[in-house]
Amino acid sequence: MNRLSWFNTVSLTLGFAFLYIPMIILIIFSFNESKLVTVWAGFSTKWYGELINNEAFLNAAWVTLKVAVFSSTIATVLGTMAAYVLVRGGRFLGRTLFSGMIYAPLVMPEVITGLSLLLLFIGIGLDRGVLTIVLAHTTFSMCYVSVVVSSRLVTFDRSLEEAALDLGCSPAQAFRLVTLPIIAPAVISGWLLAFTLSLDDLVIASFTSGPSATTLPIKIFSAVRLGVSPEINALSTIMIAIVTIGVITASLVTKQSRVRAQRDEQAAARAQ
Amino acid sequence: MRRFALIAIPYVWLLALFLVPFVIVLKISLSDIALAIPPYTPTFSWDDGVWAFLKQLDFENFTWLAQDALYWKAYLSSLKIALISTALTLIVGYPIAYAMARAPEEWRPTLMMLIILPFWTSFLIRVYAWMGILSQEGFLNQFLLWTGLIGEPLTILNTSTAVYIGIVYTYMPFMILPIYSALERLDGSLIEAAEDLGCSRAQAFWLVTIPLSKNGIIAGSFLVFIPALGEFVIPSLLGGSDTLMIGKVLWEEFFSNRDWPVASAVAVILLLILVVPIVLFQRNQQKQQEAEQ
Amino acid sequence: MNATVFAPWVDPDEKPLIRFQNVTKRFGDFTAIDDLSLDIFEKEFFALLGPSGCGKTTMMRMLAGFESPSAGRIELAGQNIAPVPPNKRAVNMMFQSYALFPHLSVWDNIAFGLRRDNLPKHDIQDRVEEMLKLTRLEKFARRKPHQISGGQRQRVALARSLAKAPKLLLLDEPLGALDKKLRQDTQFELMDIQETTGTTFVIVTHDQEEAMTVASRIAVMDEGKLMQVATPDEIYEAPATVYIADFIGDVNIIEGRARATGENQYQIDWAEGQQPLIASSTRSFSNDQTCHLAIRPEKVAISSERPENAANVLQGTVHDIAYLGNLSTYHVKLPNGHMIKAQTANTRRIARRSFTWEDTVWLSWTATAGVLLES
Repeated sequence: MNRLSWFNTVSLTLGFAFLYIPMIILIIFSFNESKLVTVWAGFSTKWYGELINNEAFLNAAWVTLKVAVFSSTIATVLGTMAAYVLVRGGRFLGRTLFSGMIYAPLVMPEVITGLSLLLLFIGIGLDRGVLTIVLAHTTFSMCYVSVVVSSRLVTFDRSLEEAALDLGCSPAQAFRLVTLPIIAPAVISGWLLAFTLSLDDLVIASFTSGPSATTLPIKIFSAVRLGVSPEINALSTIMIAIVTIGVITASLVTKQSRVRAQRDEQAAARAQ
Repeated sequence: MRRFALIAIPYVWLLALFLVPFVIVLKISLSDIALAIPPYTPTFSWDDGVWAFLKQLDFENFTWLAQDALYWKAYLSSLKIALISTALTLIVGYPIAYAMARAPEEWRPTLMMLIILPFWTSFLIRVYAWMGILSQEGFLNQFLLWTGLIGEPLTILNTSTAVYIGIVYTYMPFMILPIYSALERLDGSLIEAAEDLGCSRAQAFWLVTIPLSKNGIIAGSFLVFIPALGEFVIPSLLGGSDTLMIGKVLWEEFFSNRDWPVASAVAVILLLILVVPIVLFQRNQQKQQEAEQ
Repeated sequence: MNATVFAPWVDPDEKPLIRFQNVTKRFGDFTAIDDLSLDIFEKEFFALLGPSGCGKTTMMRMLAGFESPSAGRIELAGQNIAPVPPNKRAVNMMFQSYALFPHLSVWDNIAFGLRRDNLPKHDIQDRVEEMLKLTRLEKFARRKPHQISGGQRQRVALARSLAKAPKLLLLDEPLGALDKKLRQDTQFELMDIQETTGTTFVIVTHDQEEAMTVASRIAVMDEGKLMQVATPDEIYEAPATVYIADFIGDVNIIEGRARATGENQYQIDWAEGQQPLIASSTRSFSNDQTCHLAIRPEKVAISSERPENAANVLQGTVHDIAYLGNLSTYHVKLPNGHMIKAQTANTRRIARRSFTWEDTVWLSWTATAGVLLES
């Protein structure tokens, strides 16, 4: 079955149209001259100009970026540790509770996570701001990181670590010199996932942020509640562009390494 | 020692920032509606003993929830919306996943990327994109008026229909990916064998393809149903005042009414409702893993 | 005993390199190693042979330090090694999966262990070059493990584990992943390398042919116990039990009752209406004791005429012939239904086989051809 039947072609076309037309419309109308987002009135980049001068948005973007970098980095460290404990930790007291706490946040409605963290921060008298958002984001995204990393660790050939020990590594050296370089791609995708989740999050950030720290999604949400605005379209277009470039680059890189791996295998076959 | 630290650090983090907050929610949900700031009564202390604490517990928030029709309706309508939109996502997503799995092999990575791309894009933006389309003077109405299918603009934005569209749109990748991975692994010769044994195309699809992609369908459905149940952004942007969803109720209870004990009680019940599908989902995943081994 | 023959295990003054003393290893309820004692001497090529799950890999992992015994003591050169972690043991291991580090080149894989010892740079360089030469890998030094063939990977793994010049090298099914032809070549290569480096090798294998080829001594294991520890020829010619006779090579087992007829001479009554068999045995049996006569097919002669002066003669018909090229194995059915295998070497190119299906033939063997075993 090399060619698609008409039915499959139609499904794919309609499916991708459904997925992409809304975003394409959004992008087109970010270049609209008129304030009305549904009537085309000529090409203009003035909304981008206004965006650059909108200090509130820029501040929020800066806060969001800071939160995302910090939380995803801490989450990657904690999540990798947690994955290692889950896959390699053996038995310890409260293991079931531990794995439960790793998986529960993945399915927990954001409103509940947000509410519970807020109540905690108030309970211990922690002022809401960048710190509390970082804490909140780290907590839920470390669980995603640990799922990504542990799925890699499960397929990791344990004898590689044993070989490192056998050749004179301490356990810490074995992790640093052997395990980490090999699972690095999973750790990196964990970090990227945590970073995106943090950039994206509205609900948890709304609960845990204070007046001193507003993130971009919170800002967008309050603007959007009042209706569609071309400025938001422009902002969305920028964000979509960044993600698109990122994803395409990533997939090109993986494609290239796959091609390289294939070539290596052929070379190995010939070497025999 | 090192092993202890390795376990203790993430463990303590999760205990402090996941479990403890949760216990606080539970506790506050059982507290009196006092001032809008803590401490709430009863405050728990070991000096009084557990029994004294239990005697002070107050289920009045739950009783109140049970008596107020708003909450009942919100729970039921959340369930209904989540169920219907899961079914819709399945109906829309399955043919796409199927077509992807049947597409030439060299296309598949690109198709996969196209499915995943929206997933990396901001959720909020994707929901927002529909506001311009579904509004009274939006593109959908313009288009339908232009084709002459309708005489006057439809009201879609701020209705449940818009919420369905929003959920189907945003959660579609979650449905497509597991079904696609099930279908991609499906051995083409099975279909040929079924046809060889006398099935028509449609029968082979019904008797072979669907049962073999069952695990993907189940996984995808849970992945849509579970988050849709507690959804907040979609109903608050696309839904109207008559679209009741529990996530939105909780939000409003908390931010607008400042009634934390009731918000906490809503959260506890939402979680209780979610426990069943989550456990079912876990079991399905586990079964699948065992089958693969 | 000839002085040039390498046999430290017969010398009572020789100190073993490795000593297992009543070692037991349990995993939960499962006993992997059951009260096992064993000595392995320096420069030996020692094979642990047994079916999967017999405990041979556990023995190896205890030597490497990845498992510790539940009871008993393991000594390396007179020292108890229980408290020594794997990275501090003068023992290296070649893993079944090779466990080559995929992110490092062949060169860096071999240098990996040397670098852990903080050796001077040029020492490491010299040693790695030496190892590359030993394993004929000079050309592939800069390649990554996935860029070389399976046989080359096997040699990298060997070079890497030998680089630190360990007192003891453990090899876990080292040739299991190679195809048959390559495996046979590599066996001889392994023996050469063992001889040149003078390292003590302990190899774990389930392939009896491999163990017979490479090992100076073989320990046959089953269910966590040693069945027999002996040289390959002793194991083959004088197996200690029916299990070992059956496990190593092909064998005919005839059950009967022993009756002493002279010193070390026994008559075996084995079937109604059949002549008793005659066998000599250093193992003593009481009269009427149940015994098993184990006899290798190549020691059973097959002829069309009744041979004279043979100690044991049986008549039967050819039931099946397996032609293996160099050998032919005949399955001969005795009148009582018993099946005996006889093997002949095809030393000549013949147009026609001497025997064919349903031919009546005579089987014969001498009194010393078989081994008499207790049940």
